[in-house]
Order: sequence, then C-alpha cells, then structure tokens
Amino acid sequence: MPTILMGIAGLFCVSALSPILIRSRAATQIVYGACLAISLALCAAAVPLIRQAPSQIVLPLGLPWFAAHFRLDALACAFLAIVNLGAASASLYALGYGRHEAEPGRVLPFYAAFLAAMNLVVVADDAYSFLLAWELMSLTSWALVMARHRERKTAYAGLVYLIMASLGTFALLFAFGLMAGAHGEYAFDTMRAHHLSPALAGLALALAVVGAGSKAGLVPLHVWLPLAHPAAPSHVSALMSGVMTKVAIYAFIRICFDLMGPASWWWSLPALILGGATAAIGVLYALMETDIKRVLAYSTIENVGIVFIAAGLALAFKAGGHFDAAALALTAALFHCLNHMLFKSTLFFGAGAVIVATGEQDMERLGGLIRRMPLSSAAFLAACMAISALPPFNGFASEWLLLQSILVSPQLAQMGLKLLVPAIGVLLALAAAFAAACFIRAFGATYLGRARAQASAQAVETDRWSLAAMLVCAALCLLAGVLPGFVIDWFEPAVMALVAGRMPPQTGIAWLSIVPVSASRSSYNGLLLFGFVAACAGLAAFAVHRFASRAVRTAPFWDCGYPRLGVRAQYSATSLAQPIRRVFASVVFASREEVEMPAPGSAQPAVLRRFLRDPAWDFIYAPLVRAVGATAKLLNRVQFLTIRSYLSLVFTTLVVLLTVLALWG
Amino acid sequence: MMSALAAQLGQTLLVLAIAPALTGIVRKMKARLQRRIGPSIFQPYRDLRRLFGKEAVIAEGTSWLFRAAPYLIFAATWVAAALVPTFQTGLVFSWAGDLIAIVALLGAARFIQAVAALDVGTSFGGIGVSREIMIASLAEPAMIMVVFTVALVAGSTQLSTIAAFMVDQQSLRVSLAMALVALIIVAVAENARIPVDNPSTHLEVTMVHEAMVLEYSGRHLAMIEWAASLKLLLYISMVVCIFFPFGLITGAGGLFAHALSLSVYLLKVIAAALLLATLETVIAKMRVFRVPNLLGIALMLGLLGTLLLFVSESM
Repeated sequence: MPTILMGIAGLFCVSALSPILIRSRAATQIVYGACLAISLALCAAAVPLIRQAPSQIVLPLGLPWFAAHFRLDALACAFLAIVNLGAASASLYALGYGRHEAEPGRVLPFYAAFLAAMNLVVVADDAYSFLLAWELMSLTSWALVMARHRERKTAYAGLVYLIMASLGTFALLFAFGLMAGAHGEYAFDTMRAHHLSPALAGLALALAVVGAGSKAGLVPLHVWLPLAHPAAPSHVSALMSGVMTKVAIYAFIRICFDLMGPASWWWSLPALILGGATAAIGVLYALMETDIKRVLAYSTIENVGIVFIAAGLALAFKAGGHFDAAALALTAALFHCLNHMLFKSTLFFGAGAVIVATGEQDMERLGGLIRRMPLSSAAFLAACMAISALPPFNGFASEWLLLQSILVSPQLAQMGLKLLVPAIGVLLALAAAFAAACFIRAFGATYLGRARAQASAQAVETDRWSLAAMLVCAALCLLAGVLPGFVIDWFEPAVMALVAGRMPPQTGIAWLSIVPVSASRSSYNGLLLFGFVAACAGLAAFAVHRFASRAVRTAPFWDCGYPRLGVRAQYSATSLAQPIRRVFASVVFASREEVEMPAPGSAQPAVLRRFLRDPAWDFIYAPLVRAVGATAKLLNRVQFLTIRSYLSLVFTTLVVLLTVLALWG
Repeated sequence: MMSALAAQLGQTLLVLAIAPALTGIVRKMKARLQRRIGPSIFQPYRDLRRLFGKEAVIAEGTSWLFRAAPYLIFAATWVAAALVPTFQTGLVFSWAGDLIAIVALLGAARFIQAVAALDVGTSFGGIGVSREIMIASLAEPAMIMVVFTVALVAGSTQLSTIAAFMVDQQSLRVSLAMALVALIIVAVAENARIPVDNPSTHLEVTMVHEAMVLEYSGRHLAMIEWAASLKLLLYISMVVCIFFPFGLITGAGGLFAHALSLSVYLLKVIAAALLLATLETVIAKMRVFRVPNLLGIALMLGLLGTLLLFVSESM
C-alpha cells in the first residue's frame, strides 16, 4: 500500500515539476520517461499484491474532521494493473510521439496529474477522496483535451465534455450520499455495512449508472466521448479510451458489487439493457464515421457496452445465488477491460502515427500506408483482429467467456431475465460482427489500396519509441489471447472477493486450455489453434513453393478488364459502409441518400448526399437543451426585480427552508 | 490416445482430400439438372493442379498481405474443418476449439480475405468487401444464435459432445428444427451459394465472393478455391453431425464399423450436395438488398429457438 501511494505521489511531483522543466529541450523526454518508470513500477507492484489481504491506510489529508482513507484490495489491484499498464505504454509511445506536440507545456503537467488521479480513484476508500480524485481525473483530462484549443472543434468538444463530466460527478455525489445514509459517514467501510431499502437502492443504482456510465460512454450518455477522445493528442486519446473508461467501469463495479451490499436481481437490468444497446449502437456509429480517431472512440463505446453486459450478467447470477456463474461473467468483464485497454491503445497509437506521418485523419484521404509504414500497420492489423474478437487474439478469449456465461444463464429464475438475456446475446453477436466490419473498413481504408492523397503517398514509418509501444501492445494482445488461463487465474482473487465464487483453476489444465465450467461443456485452446493455423499455413506455403510453382510475375491489376481506373475509383471508407448503412442505419439513424442528377446535356456533376440523424442527440439532448434555454429565459425575469422583491424572495426562501427542516427533523 | 491421434490425422486429411470432389459433384449435378453433360466430378482436382502449376500474377503495388492471405485463409479453414467430426467423434484435439471457436476461425479467414481484397485498391475488390461485410454482419449473429440453441439442448458447445448427445437423442424438438433452418440459410450465405451469391457468376456487378478474389491467380487462387470447397464441406459436415448424426461412431469401434460409418458419412455428403444443386437450380439469385431479409429470418429463428429453450428451462 505505501508503495502505491508513493508512486502516486511521485506522479504528482512529476506533474508539479514539469512547468519548471518546460523550458529545457529535454522536458518531454524527462516527463514521459519518469511517467513510464513510475507506471511500470506501480504495475509491477500491483500484480503480486492481488493475492494479499486488503490493506488500509488513513492519511490526515482533505477535510479537517475527516481523514482520507485508502484501501488496496484485490479489485483495486486488478484495476491498478490495467491502469498502469495502459499508462506505461502511452508514456512509452509519447517518448517519441510527444516530440511532435506544438505546445508541450499544455500537455505535460496535466498528463502526469491525470495518471496520478486515475490511480487515486482506484485506491480511494471514502466518498470524499474518491470524488476528489474523480473530479481531478475529469479536469486534467479536460485540460488535455483542450491542449489544442485553437482548433474550433476542440473548444466545442471541451465544453460538452465539461458539462457531461460535471453531470457524472454530480450523480455520483448523490449516489454516495444515499449509500452513506442520514449520518453522512463517507468512509466506504460504513457504506458496506449500511444496507439500503429497495427504493433507495434503485435510486442509488440509477445515479451510479448515470455517474459511471456517463464517464464510460454508455448510450445515451455517450455524446461527449466521440468528441472529446479524438480531440486530445493521440497518446492521451489512448489513455482516455483505453484506461479512463476502465476507471469508470471500476466505479460501477465497486458500487454495485461491493458498496451496495447484497444484490437484487433487478440491479442487473440497467447494465444489461444499456450495455446491449451500447454495444450494438456504438459500433454502428463507428461504421458511419470517416475520421479514424472518431471511429476508434465509437468502438470504445461498443466495448464498454460489452463489459457492462458481462457485469450485468454477473450481478444477476450473484443475486440468484449462482456464484460460480457470476465468477465466470465477472472474469469476462475484467478480462475484457484488460483486453480493450491493450488493443485500443495500439489502435490509437497507430492512428497517431498515421496523423504524424500524413497530417490527415480523414480516412477518405488516406490509403496505401501498409507499404510506407509496414511495422506499425502490422501492429494495427493485429489489434484490428483482436478487437473484432477473432482467434487467436485476446478479444476472442474474453468474448468467448462472455458467450459461455450467457449459455449458463437459463438457470436464472426470473422470467424477465430469461427473455432478456437471449436478446442481449443477439445484440452482442451483432456487435461482434459489426466490429469486424468496422475494422476491415478502418484498416482497409487507412492502410490498404492506393493512396488517396499526396500526403499519404509520401508517408514515412513512425519513430522507434512509438513503434516499440505499438508492437509491445500488439504482442500482449496475442499473448493474452493464446495464454488466457494465466490472466483468468490472476483475476481470481478479485472475482472471489466480489461474488464469492470462482472459475475452475486454469493454469493446471493440460495444454493450457481454458475451461470455464467443465471440460465436457466447453473448452478453448488459443495456443493450439494458433499453432495449428501457423503450422498449416507454413506447411501449405512450403509444399506449394517446393512442389508446385514459385514463379511470380508482377502486372497491373486486372479488375475485370478496367486496369486504368484512377485512384478515386477505388472503394472509400464511406462506400465500404454503404450496404450496412442502407440495411441497418436506415432504421437506427434514419439514414437516407439523395441523388441530384444534372439536366440532360448539362456538364454539371451529379451530386449524392447522405443524411444521418443521431437519435441520442435528437431525442434526448436537443429537447434538454431547449428546456434549459426556456427555463433560463423564464428565470431571466428574476434579474430585473426591485430590491423589495429580492428581499421578499430571500425571506420566502428562508421560511420554506426552515419549514422543511422542521418537518424533516 | 494413439487411435484418437490417428483418427484426428485421418479426418484432417480426409476433409482435405474430398473437398474438391464435393464441389465437383455439385457442379455435375447442376449441369445434369440443366440438361448439360457437365465436366467430370474430378474436374476441380484437375483445375487445382493446373492452377498450382502456373505462375502467380501479383497486382502491382500490393503488400505482403496479398501474398500471405491465401495461405492463412486456407489454414484457418482447414483447421476449422478438421475440428468438425465427420464420421467419428473421437478426435484428439476436439477440445482445442468448440463450435464458437470454429465459427470464429471462419470469421478470421473472412477478415483476412476481405483485407486482402482491399489491398489492391480496385473498385471490384471494394464492392465485394462492402457486400461481404453486410452479409456477414447478419450471418454471424444468426450462426451464434444457432450455436446457442444447439448448445443449450446438448448442454455443451463441444461438437463431439453435441454429436454424441444427438446420436442418443430420440425426441424431436421445435427449437432444433428452427436451428436447422437457420443453419441452412447461414450455410448458403456463408458459402456464397444461390440465392445469396452465385459461385459461377461472371456478371461483375452481382459478385460478392468472386469479386473479392478477382485479382488472384495461379497457386494463390488454387489455395482460395480449395479453402472455399473446404468451407462448403465443413458446413455440410456440421449440419450432418448436429442434425443427422446417425451412423456416427461415438465410442471405440472396429475397422468394419469405421468403414461403415465412413461410407454413411460420404453418402450423407453426396445427398447434401444433390440437395444443394437442386436448390440452386430451382431458385433464382436474390438482389443484394433482399439478402438481409433472408438472413434476418435465420437470425430470428435462431433467437426464437434460444428463447424457447431459456423459457422451457423453468418448466
């Protein structure tokens, strides 16, 4: 525990020192190097600590009558490892990438503070320090989003983010207030002991879903995410998408599995329903986008949905007394958190490398980069396959566990859940298939084909630090995919502490397979499948080259006899999504296309226009904005009253408050 | 252990060997139904040999992905096909990948095929990919729902266990019937057969699968063609092993029993090929944007089957 806090203090020191260092030329290297070292140390410290008993520490910080509590238990360790692994890889990447920053002074101090704040949220053990750390995390990440404040879009993104972040903190504040009860004991220990009535529990749950869900990007609270995450520098985007959403998921798990006490089955409903909707709609949004970083941000929303589905299932199992099934679902949730951190970091790093190399982030102006940037494109491809849940990568392992936990859910007693879970299964399967489509499109439009703009044709491979970070993350994606048993066993203490059940131990199983329930029911061996596919591919290639022909001739492409078509005749990101847009988005986003043909004989070009409507914005936010505007207009009259009226208003308020107090007491 | 290893090896080579013949039988049968004589059922082998002997023409400006993809597609499909029990369930590696993993392996093969098609940067590659991902975005969920239905009935996602369960299973189940219809629709779509796609089309604007492999030639094309035959055989084996498992050896069996069950399996595959050819002859290809309706039916049938099983669990 002291090691962890010292590490966090170290990050704060780096943050405080960086404004002093900023004049030195090596400031970027020093700050990111220090962050890398501290994050690695924190990660290394957290990994073995997960098996130890929870330890607590009380520091005389914060409010004068209320010391700051910190606690390190298995769940905190699990998320500390995820957070710091992500932080370390982002820092490694930034050692190279950070040099391209125009104004490093706007990034460096907040970067280290952001890392410290995320760590602090995870170890906080009272509502006060939790909310303080949470708000610090929000504000530092807001400052990082605003690092490129001169761009017009950034200011808007920052504003929306700030509003949504305040809303989330506000909701969490009230959730903690409800859980603390009338005596206002903010330490988490007293909340654990204090059980809520169903009505209050429902309210606290709703507030927790709004608070944690808005930070994680749960639909329909997601609107800020695809604006804010891409606006930041790419290593910060990776942190916000890969790591900060995990801290939000941590908050949800901490509140629902730990602080709120024994679960009821209906607690799972918001997580399941919103998670299912988020998973399917998030990636459908991504398919409509052409900005590469926005595609990645929307896909983060999808993955958050998947984690929420798993967490919701775990809650339902826990409430029904099926503790081992709950352990399976919760392991899937935690495993997917780790996996998403790994592949989303790789993808954002890749996007950052592309932006540095070409200055473009619109996929319609990219293309052909696989030949200019071979190594980073290979890492990006691996991450694309991982996020599309394809074997042998890690995304498949965690989604496979989730599908297995859906398959044991007929034992749930409630009819509502029996009807809901298969529907959630469909949404999950749709999300996985859409994700594959989305990343075929993202990889294809960015790296494959012929360059659509001059800048893409002259791109050069990114620097060594960035490349190292991408390759390490991609390798970890493969490693966690072929050896998932070790990861599952490592999460076991955290899962055990929360749901009092466990999966069978995995590392002792022959050939390192994973067996979620029992061997006759299901098993999966990523290592063996990977080995088989690699061996078969190698064997086939060898046999063909040895015994058949190995002659190669290069020629212009054939394309059914139209070889002279220009670069713009190839399929673009928009046209690749056209069939999906027509089939699915016409329902969800009311998408339509209009063609304006020129008059016969006219030399004007024909025009094709696309129309999309964002239902979250149109049905939720726009009415809200209008309502706020109307209320403000109404209240505006209060600004022009006489002093007499003001005094009477003050008096009335006082009387009302005193009456309320008298009635309450 | 040794017999299981031998069984696994034998099955792995068996699917590889008979896959082209399956394509040949379907083509022959279709030709006969259209009152043509048609090529011999061994023509696909000759085609493969011819293609393997030719030099490969690589489109200018393609990357390593374009050249590696045929082998990866072939390997992923082959491994998936080797995991589906054909005439006996005692496969030594059946626990390495369950039904979900087999579906995902095919998904990986499709992913690689799609990115390889985009590598060239042509319009037909793109049109094929854009349609393929649209079809897959419905076919894959439908397949997952079929897997759910079957797995809930048999209490396992392991194909060997499912097959052993189905051999003993006597009663008929509504949800399994739904799953069968859904699986057949998915199989037709996944294998690019009529009415979803036309394997012998040369009309460019209607192609899906053929458009994706348009730039391939020589040995690369041979690998892809072979993988396509393997995939067709895989789906037929899967349907046969889950829904018509009679004759399947689930325990130990003598040489004679193995020979018998192998011939029963081959007969079942030939019957499936004849049915497929008949189906392809009597119905016409759909417009691309009618395909989602067909696959939507499969998805809904799969969901209904799963729902029925979820609900009936409590009764």
